[in-house]
Order: sequence, then C-alpha cells, then structure tokens
Amino acid sequence: MSALIFERSIKNRRGITLPEFDCPEVHLDENIVRAAAPRLAQVGEVDVVRHYMELSRNAFGVDNGFYPLGSCTMKYNPKLNEQTASLPGFSDIHPLQSPDSVKGALRLMSELSQQLCEVTGMDGFTLQPSAGAHGEFTGLLLIHAYHEDRKDVKRSKVIVPDSAHGTNPASANMAGYSIINVPSNAEGGVDVEALRSVLSDEVAALMLTNPNTLGLFDPNIEEIAKMVHEAGGLVYYDGANLNAIMGEVRPGDMGFDVVHLNLHKTFSTPHGGGGPGSGPVGVKAHLLPYLPDGTVVKEKFIANEKSIGRLRSFYGNFLVNVRAYTYILSLGSNGLKEASYNAVLNANYMMAKLKDHFPVAYPVPCMHEFVLSLQKLKDETGVNAKDMCKGLLDYKVHPPTMYFPLIVHEALMIEPTETESKETMDEFIRILIELKDKAYTDPEYLHNAPYTTPIKRVDDVLAARHPVLKAVL
Amino acid sequence: MKRMYAHTHEWAGLEEGKDVVVGISDYAQIALGDIVFVNLPTIGDPVTQGESFGDVESVKAVSDLISPVSGKVSAINDALLSAPELLNSDPLNTWVIKVEGSVDESLLMDEATYLALDKDH
Amino acid sequence: MASYLLNTQTQTQEMLDTIGIKQDQLFDMIPSKLRLKRAIKLPEGLSEMEVLQKLSALAAQNKVYSTILRGAGAEQHFIPAVVKQLSNREEFVSAYTPYQAEFSQGILQSIFEYQTDICELTGMDGANASVYDGATAAAESIAMVLERTRKTILIADSTHPHVIDTIKTYTSCHDTVIEVLKTENGILSVDTLKQALNQNTAALLIQQPNYLGCLENIESLAQMVHASGAKLIVYAHPLTLAYLKSPRALGADIAVGEAQPLGLSLAFGGPYLGYMAATNELIRRLPGRIVGQTLDTEGKRSFVLTLQAREQHIRREKATSSLCSNQALCALTASVYVAAMGPQGLKEVAEHSLRKAHYFQTELDKIGFTLKYTTPFFHEFVTKTPISAKKIESCLEQHDILSGLVVGPQEILWCVTETTTKAQLDEVVKILKEACL
Repeated sequence: MSALIFERSIKNRRGITLPEFDCPEVHLDENIVRAAAPRLAQVGEVDVVRHYMELSRNAFGVDNGFYPLGSCTMKYNPKLNEQTASLPGFSDIHPLQSPDSVKGALRLMSELSQQLCEVTGMDGFTLQPSAGAHGEFTGLLLIHAYHEDRKDVKRSKVIVPDSAHGTNPASANMAGYSIINVPSNAEGGVDVEALRSVLSDEVAALMLTNPNTLGLFDPNIEEIAKMVHEAGGLVYYDGANLNAIMGEVRPGDMGFDVVHLNLHKTFSTPHGGGGPGSGPVGVKAHLLPYLPDGTVVKEKFIANEKSIGRLRSFYGNFLVNVRAYTYILSLGSNGLKEASYNAVLNANYMMAKLKDHFPVAYPVPCMHEFVLSLQKLKDETGVNAKDMCKGLLDYKVHPPTMYFPLIVHEALMIEPTETESKETMDEFIRILIELKDKAYTDPEYLHNAPYTTPIKRVDDVLAARHPVLKAVL
Repeated sequence: MKRMYAHTHEWAGLEEGKDVVVGISDYAQIALGDIVFVNLPTIGDPVTQGESFGDVESVKAVSDLISPVSGKVSAINDALLSAPELLNSDPLNTWVIKVEGSVDESLLMDEATYLALDKDH
Repeated sequence: MASYLLNTQTQTQEMLDTIGIKQDQLFDMIPSKLRLKRAIKLPEGLSEMEVLQKLSALAAQNKVYSTILRGAGAEQHFIPAVVKQLSNREEFVSAYTPYQAEFSQGILQSIFEYQTDICELTGMDGANASVYDGATAAAESIAMVLERTRKTILIADSTHPHVIDTIKTYTSCHDTVIEVLKTENGILSVDTLKQALNQNTAALLIQQPNYLGCLENIESLAQMVHASGAKLIVYAHPLTLAYLKSPRALGADIAVGEAQPLGLSLAFGGPYLGYMAATNELIRRLPGRIVGQTLDTEGKRSFVLTLQAREQHIRREKATSSLCSNQALCALTASVYVAAMGPQGLKEVAEHSLRKAHYFQTELDKIGFTLKYTTPFFHEFVTKTPISAKKIESCLEQHDILSGLVVGPQEILWCVTETTTKAQLDEVVKILKEACL
C-alpha cells in the first residue's frame, strides 16, 4: 500500500514554478472567484517522481510479462510507435489549424483509412470513434440512418448472440434499439434456426463477432449474412477479434456491412491502463453517405448532407491512429498476415497442451483465443476460476479473462497473442497445471491467494456497499 | 399479514385495508449473494404485476425486481439505500416498497407451495 | 520488415507437431470459399529506420507554430518535463483496465487520485475514471438526468458547437428534446431561461467560461433551474477552476468538461480527456469505470473497480452507456500535471492566462479590434476585426503565428495562455498594426 499523493502534501511546498506575472492584474467579480484554494497535493518534483515510481512498481503491463487476457489482444506495443506519436509535427498541432498547415496529418489519416479498408474489405472508414464501444454506437447510428433514409422505419430491433460482449447490447440500446438475444448452437456458433425464427421486417441489424468470444470462427457466416440481408437487415462486425484473421479472410467478404476495429488490440497501440484506444468504423458503399462529421477522406474533411452528426470533438484519438499507422507500415502486407498466423498458432498450441488438464469449452480448433471451463475443478475441489487467477498473480503473470463469455461456467479465456514465445507459453502452462494440482492437494492455499502482491484479496462488497470514491482531505 | 410469492422470488405481504408490502424471498437473497445496492422507484410511480419496478445489484450481477402487485408506489424503504445488506440478513422482515393497489392472487403462490417449489431448484 | 515475433522455425514446427497439423492447415476452420486468395494490397513491411523516416517526413508537412493564439476547445499550455517522463512509464502505458485489483494497485490508486483531483476542482462528491473527451462527457451526462416525465435538455448556444453536436448525435434515437437557447451579449439571460423552463425540463447544460470566452451567471441560473425541479450540468474548464468558484459552489449537480489543458498535448484533437463528476444523488448514474477505496482481507487500505453493476458488461442492454475503454492514461497524465503544479501552480497558470488575455484585448482594442461582447471574460474573447478576419489570419500565418479562430467574416475568437509572453503579445500587435492593417 502506498501513501496517497495527498498524504505526502506539506503546506506551501511547491513543485513547478512559473515565470513572474508580466501583465497587469485583473479583477473579476468576487462572487465568482474562489475564496479558498482547492485542497490538491502540495508536493515537490522529487515527491511526484517517487510517488509515481512507487505506483508504477504496483502496476503490471505487457512490458512486465505475459498478459493472456482473452478478448483484449495484449500484444507487445512497439517502441517505435511511441516515438513517431511524439514527433512535434503530430503532437503539437492544433486541431483547428487550416487544412493547408496539416497536410501530413490529413494524408496519414487518409492512408490509414485506405489500409484499414484493404485489410477488412470495406469501402470507407471514419477514424473518429475513440474506442470499440464508441465504434459500435457509431456503426449502429449509421445503420439507423440507412434504414431511415429508405423510409424503412419499422426496424426497431437488433439481434445479438448470447456470447457477445456486453458493449454490443448496451450500444444498441444507446442507439434506441431493443435487443433480441439469440442462443449459441452446440458448436458455439450462431444457432441458425433460432436466428431465422427471430428475423423479420422489424430487425435493423445483427451484431456479430467472428471469430466470436469463444475464439471460434462461425462457418455459417455467409448463410447468416444472407438471411439477415434477405430480411432487409444489415450485418455488423465487432472487430475485437480481427487479430485472428488478417490476410486470411475479410469481414467485407463475409458479407458484413459495417465493422469497427480496435486499434489498441489488433494494431498494437498500447492500452494505457484502460485507454485511450481507437475504434475506427468501416462501411460498405451503401453506408458512406452517413459517415460522421470530422471524417477525413482523400485528405479532405467530408461534409455529408446525410451525416449522422458528430460523435466527439475533432477527429478522433489522432495520436493513437499515428501509432497504428506506424505499425501497419512496419509489418506490411506479409507482416500482418504473419501476425495473425502466429496468434492463431500460439492459441492452438496452448489449447493442445492444456486440453488434457482442463476441459476446453468447445474442443475444436480455435482461432486466436480459447475458453477453458473450470466447472469440473470447482465441483471437485471447491477452487474456482477466480481462485486460480489469484494464484497466477504470485507467478508474476497476468491472469486470463475470467467469467466471460457468460455462456461458459467458470470460464477462463486465454489469448496469448503472436508476440509471445513458446517458452513463455510453456512456463504459463506449467504454472497452470501446478496450480491445478495444488487445488486437489491444498485448496485452502488457493482460496487465500495471492500471497506476494502488495495487498491481499480486496473486499469488493464493502467497496460497492459503502462507496468511497475520493480521498478524505 | 399473509405472504404470497411470485415465481420470480418476490413476496407480497397482504393485510386487509393496508397497502401491499413487497420484498424478496430468502431463496432470492441466497441466489443473489451479497447485495450491494437496491434501485428503488419513486413514490407515486405506477407498478404493474409481473413487470419490473427496480433492481438489486450484487458485485457482479444485477437482477430485476418484479412487482407482485399492480398500483401506485406509496412508500419506499429508504434504509436500503444505506444498508442494502438488510436484504441478505433478514429478507422476510425487510420490505422494499409499499404499493396502493391490487394483487391478482391467482398468479402468486402461498408460502407452503413456494417453499416446496424452492426445493426443486 | 519488423515483425515483433519470437518463435523460430524450429519452435513453430514443434508447435504444429503438438497441435497435430501441417503448416497450411491452421486456418482450415474457415470455409475455403471465403478465404482471401491473394495478398492484402499493402506495401511490404519496412525497417524501423525507414518507417521513422517516412513518419518524420509526414510530420514535417504539418506546421508547428511558435505562437498560438487559438483555443476553442484545444489549448496550448506548458507541460513540465516530469509529466511526460512519468506518464510514459511502461508499467502504466502497457497495462489494461485493472480487473485484477491485487496486481494493479498502482493503476487503481492513480485513478482514485485523479477522481479526487476532479472532485476537489469541481466540488463534487464523486467522479468517474474518464471518458473520451469533453464532448462525450457532456453527451454521457444527458443520460444521467433524464426522467420518465422530464425529457427536455436546454443548452445555451454559447456552448462549444462540437459539444452541442455530439449531444444531438447521442440523443438522436431517443425521445429526448434538445432545445438550444439564444444568448445575449455572450451569455444566457435569466429571462430566456425562465421562458424555456417547464415541467418537462430535465436539465440545463451550460459552459463556463463559455465558447465565446464569457463568464456565465451560473449562480442565478442554478437557482431558477432547481426551482423548476431540473438539474444543472456545468461544462467547466478545469484549469480555471483553480481560480474560479467550483461548479458545485455555484449550484451544479453535474460537472463535466475537457481536461486536455491539464498536461495533454494539442495532438490534432486527441487523445484528450473527458471528465465527469456529480453530487452523491447522481453518483450511481455516472457511466464507465469508477475506482473505490476498500480493505483487503488483512484490513489494509486498497483500491478496486467498483459500482460495476451499472456497467455494460453486467447490465448489457439495460445499461445507459456502453463505455468500456476510457482515457485512463490521459487521466494519469492529468494527475501528474496537477501534482507537479500544485494548487498554487494551477492558480498561477489560470491567472497568467487571465491577465495576458486581458492585456492583449486592451492592446488589440487600441488598434481597432473592439470586443464583440462586453460581458466579463476569462482567457478567451471575441473581437471584431477592422478588415476581413481571414486576411488577419493569413497575415499572422506568415509570421509563424496561429491567430485566433475566425468565427465570422470580421470576428476572431482569441485565446491566450501562460505560454505567450507579454513581449510576444506586443510583437503580435505590432505585426497587426504594421503589416496586416
């Protein structure tokens, strides 16, 4: 446990100093001026440095070690990306400069959009959405605008499989749609008959992740897209798992009308402890007229008469887009394909090595990730997925995603990514098997894990029942 | 007070001439785990038997509260806002809302039937 | 070509053998009909040196001005060296959302401290861990105030146009009514508000200082809003809050805004930092991640993501927001900035901006750039221009100065921060007088 920055505060201590005032004093109405200063920390620069160094020691990123957090694609973030994003020509330009003075930025945005079109098989992109969920919301508004424009106003529902990320139904709700959940079939894909039974002229779209959150490619995708299209709906691609398929198959060729990508997953931009990300949205030609304001096409800001409007200020998380562009230039056509190949290879290797020790939820060849079920382990030992994850912390590896997708009991979702080596994965597999043996011999040990972290298990019930959301000053 | 139960694990406390009292069953609180928050309606809100009037949150889940009565909310249990754990410790004596309205008893079960049903879970 | 892959050919073969497939069978689960039969049409990968050269050449096509007098939602402020050094620590940069609390106390504590900073500046009881930017913060705050019978949102037209547009987009598929109110002399009048308020009004959203730089009479507006049973959302500039009364003190129920001025680069518009804070009554309606303080099993203070049952991964289609990824690293950057500057430093940044803007305005006035609005302003203001505003812009451009934003044929919105010295301001006025007019 570290002291809070506020607990390091000493009255009247200063960090950064500013120049003397060189302009005359101004008197504003005293009714709007603060009487007392905000109670922020009063610390020196050395205090600040030591404080954040201590916090950094209690944080863990991909640069610290293996981070197989399923669905998040925690691949290595190349340092070159950081260097290009910090070039003053990118980091110090004002968003409202004249287009003539930002030709390089507009060119970069146009080229990145083009590259993403080619990777996904779409006809146009907007870089404005700032994260995956923001992209979903954007995509659904585009779908809404498309139907409205065709006076097809009955369409008030969006279909979402039960294996979907929670952001899918939540974004659809934000876009004014009610949700129809469809179950998965025995193979983990969309139950085609169940889908058929809910399709109607009230359905605006189907949202799909393919490969889905179980790491499985839905072989019926062409038929699914065709069914939805025949019912007059559109098909939305959640690109969270694009890292599995670059250069192999494209959402545009599968029949999708709209896609969002997560540049912070597939295109190696860092996750920043929760963000910033970038969630560009790609569309087929019939949706181009609705792209948001602030979109750059062919080095110009477009002005769509039928635009859905603006999703945020300015043009998106530009510096994140600079990083993704850097990555695409570095890897190129073959490199992207190789990245996906190795991501899938690594996942299948781990699954092959683990499948005799833990039941795989859907024991068929996976793509870039797979899901284990620890239900049997829990039934036999009382040790659950959470206990196993806490046990992993003592080995200084980040645990997989737990309890997702919701359709698998005691789920552990493992996504190694392509940038991990065989020896790293072998070590993780060894640890997981060791912990499993421990579960049978000494379950208590795992119930109480972790042991070597700065704190022991947290009381999240206390946190939620009696919220303390800021420091007592 | 006579307690009638819904299939969705809420109870309705019925007493001649008084507003209907609504709570959740012991089975419900066990299934939910540690309850950390209760989203309550406001006094005067209409409620319909069989429809949601609020929800209860645990750390990792949220469940709708389904009204066993139709009418208008006449009181809410403010104590739950600061101490939601009351629903875990004493669900049968912790009411959630009171409703001025009517109950279609044919849609509910008496205590004995509900408890017998409960064991099937 | 860079690849960032580690496995050797031998290791790859060992792995394929373990799986029990041949090299070309890995993607057999994809129907062959769908497979891409050609390479993606992109150039081959480049070496690190070549990529850097290419990106440097692109960056060089963008003009970095030595003097920036343009704000309008994106401001140049001084960023101390310590801010970039610390926020670039790999442990912060390469981590993700702190789902495993025991392993992520550093990230969680940084967010908790950020939430405290925001609460202290705004006077609010709770803040979230950030959203994409100020405009999305404003748009997300609308869902917090809508009630069954109150669906109308009033917004003063002195609010940043991107904020108004984003709110309109966010609410476009619902029965929310957005009513934009006309301002007089740069601010919203009590009379205009009075006429607009009714029993359907959910909230008034107002910017302080507003898009035109003027200071709104928040306190009197607040009283009227509350008297009608509606909520007040103040879109407040966080740096000015070190100098001005907090939104809470003036009567706001929710404070949101753009925190880019707290240590973030101009960056052509992003990544920026949307902050959101609210009174106790509305805390559980905040969207996105929130960090709370709790105890571990040994009774030690610790931090954890909390109130998660509000969020999309639990509430799914019943969630009012789908927010998942946020701007955590930007929030951390802002916290380092606030710590490095301290309350006194922040106040001085605000006061420098205030003084310099007023000095510059006085000097501009002397050469015929009169104020468009006579209402008090903070560090941005609109002047009329004696000749075409576009001509002024291109004239200053030739002297490596980014003028204020042209907002009318003969109107410019100026922004002055601590980064411009009095000498530079004098120089700008001299250039205007001698070269432009």
